[in-house]
Amino acid sequence: MDFQTLVFYFLSAILVYAALRVITARNPVHAVLHLILAFFTCGGIWALLQAEFLAIAIILVYVGAVMVLFLFVVMMLDINIDRLREGFWNYLPLGAILGLVMVWEMGMVLISRNLQVPAARAAVASGVSNTREIGALMFTDFVYPFELASVVLLVGMIAAIALTYRGRNPSRKYTDPGRQVFVKAKDRLRVLQMPVEKD
Amino acid sequence: MDALTSFGSELFGVAWPAVWTLVRIVAIVLPLLLGVAYLTLAERKIIGFMQVRIGPNRVGPLGLIQPIADGLKLLFKEIIVPGSASKGIYIIAPMLAFAPALAAWAVVPFTDTLVLANIDASLLYIMAISSLGVYGIILSGWASNSKYAFLGAMRSAAQMVSYELAMGFALICVLMVSSSLNLVTIVQAQQSGMFAGYGLNFLSWNWLPLLPMFVVYLIAGMAELNRAPFDVAEGESEIVAGFHVEYSGMAFALFFLAEYANMILVATLTSILFLGGWSSPVGFLPDGIFWLFAKMAAVLFLYLWSRATFPRYRYDQVMRLGWKVLLPICLIWLIVVGVWMMSPLNIWK
Repeated sequence: MDFQTLVFYFLSAILVYAALRVITARNPVHAVLHLILAFFTCGGIWALLQAEFLAIAIILVYVGAVMVLFLFVVMMLDINIDRLREGFWNYLPLGAILGLVMVWEMGMVLISRNLQVPAARAAVASGVSNTREIGALMFTDFVYPFELASVVLLVGMIAAIALTYRGRNPSRKYTDPGRQVFVKAKDRLRVLQMPVEKD
Repeated sequence: MDALTSFGSELFGVAWPAVWTLVRIVAIVLPLLLGVAYLTLAERKIIGFMQVRIGPNRVGPLGLIQPIADGLKLLFKEIIVPGSASKGIYIIAPMLAFAPALAAWAVVPFTDTLVLANIDASLLYIMAISSLGVYGIILSGWASNSKYAFLGAMRSAAQMVSYELAMGFALICVLMVSSSLNLVTIVQAQQSGMFAGYGLNFLSWNWLPLLPMFVVYLIAGMAELNRAPFDVAEGESEIVAGFHVEYSGMAFALFFLAEYANMILVATLTSILFLGGWSSPVGFLPDGIFWLFAKMAAVLFLYLWSRATFPRYRYDQVMRLGWKVLLPICLIWLIVVGVWMMSPLNIWK
């Protein structure tokens, strides 16, 4: 077993453990932290595959941005674990079916290699920048799916804003930063000239 | 260098590459920690000068041993864990803050050849690693189980996520004009240009054609570092000391080290991305690592200067500046640079 294989199994063991802890941890914040660990380890495994752009992108996007917001939200929630677990046995059949479907799908992918279906392999020659290759593919061969995905993301972004935006309520106390900037001391402070009082 | 390599491989055999890498890591980290120590002294001296005070002058000549004394004091202090804290995360959080500050240095180049790991996507790597620093702050705030610490953590998380966008767009403009993610190539791309032909190299650096991005990067960098005037996460007058209010001894010192190591990192990146790195400002002087250090010192002085000059922003002003001022500027300038590069006036060929 060479060193790379050793690293792979090491990372995989951490990944599987972290993924298991995500669904078994009692504390939701701990679950999120294990999810972050899982993403980070996943980035490590991709780096082993020499997909350095994807490896760094998952850490940059998921660990660096998405999970920060996730953690932000989960920390503020007051989650009662016992109430969450109440419906466990009712939901178990549905969850089990979904789990089985996923196991079946993963099995198909793994078995297909034995059934002589050529699997996709990283075919980037050494010395060629991974990032440049992905960029070139994204804007030539896959430009329509790429543009479509970005439009879907834009729609999602606007939808999120539209769902939470309640309009500007005139009765709410709202300060206009533009007007705030132009405030002068004269507008706020009145200096009075008073005669000195003498007894 | 070749003699050293052959001697080392004789002595250590197959373990030589690992030993050599370790030696180089130590050669980067030790000066960095020393730089952090003396940056704290420089900060106190400079702010003292600006406020017409003397600053520390008791420990050693001119107070030069002050940072060592501070470090020793913190090292021997007891680390107190609050009774209701989440103990494991409370201990890990300072390490999570400090580790990214060191890990980012793996790809920072000092000259054309002097770099620990010259990887293709080094700019991406630095963006990814420096975006992890926020976890130390959030987790310390949550694990302390204290209101002030939690408020500080929440503020810090929101602030860092908002300013990362502006920072990212500034970096995208830089990588567009140098058409590379490699920091060495980015510096080399700045060494040629119309003004460099006249011997005025400093006008060919990225700061001039990308001036708005340079300003955005300086401001966003200051905000990412949680430095004054953007230090709402600490906000002594409102939330005591923010996220590290419950920390003492070495655990507190790690947050401190992380902040200053990050300051030096952002100063280095500013020098490399916008100020030409190790290239000399005029044609007749040789390039060299000392130019990089001089530029870093200038940027660091700017940070200390702004701390002594500006009052702290209110939290809503910080958010407004990030989302409504810096982000639109970035989006517009991104398009301007794109159009500029496609037009016949393109200066980055």
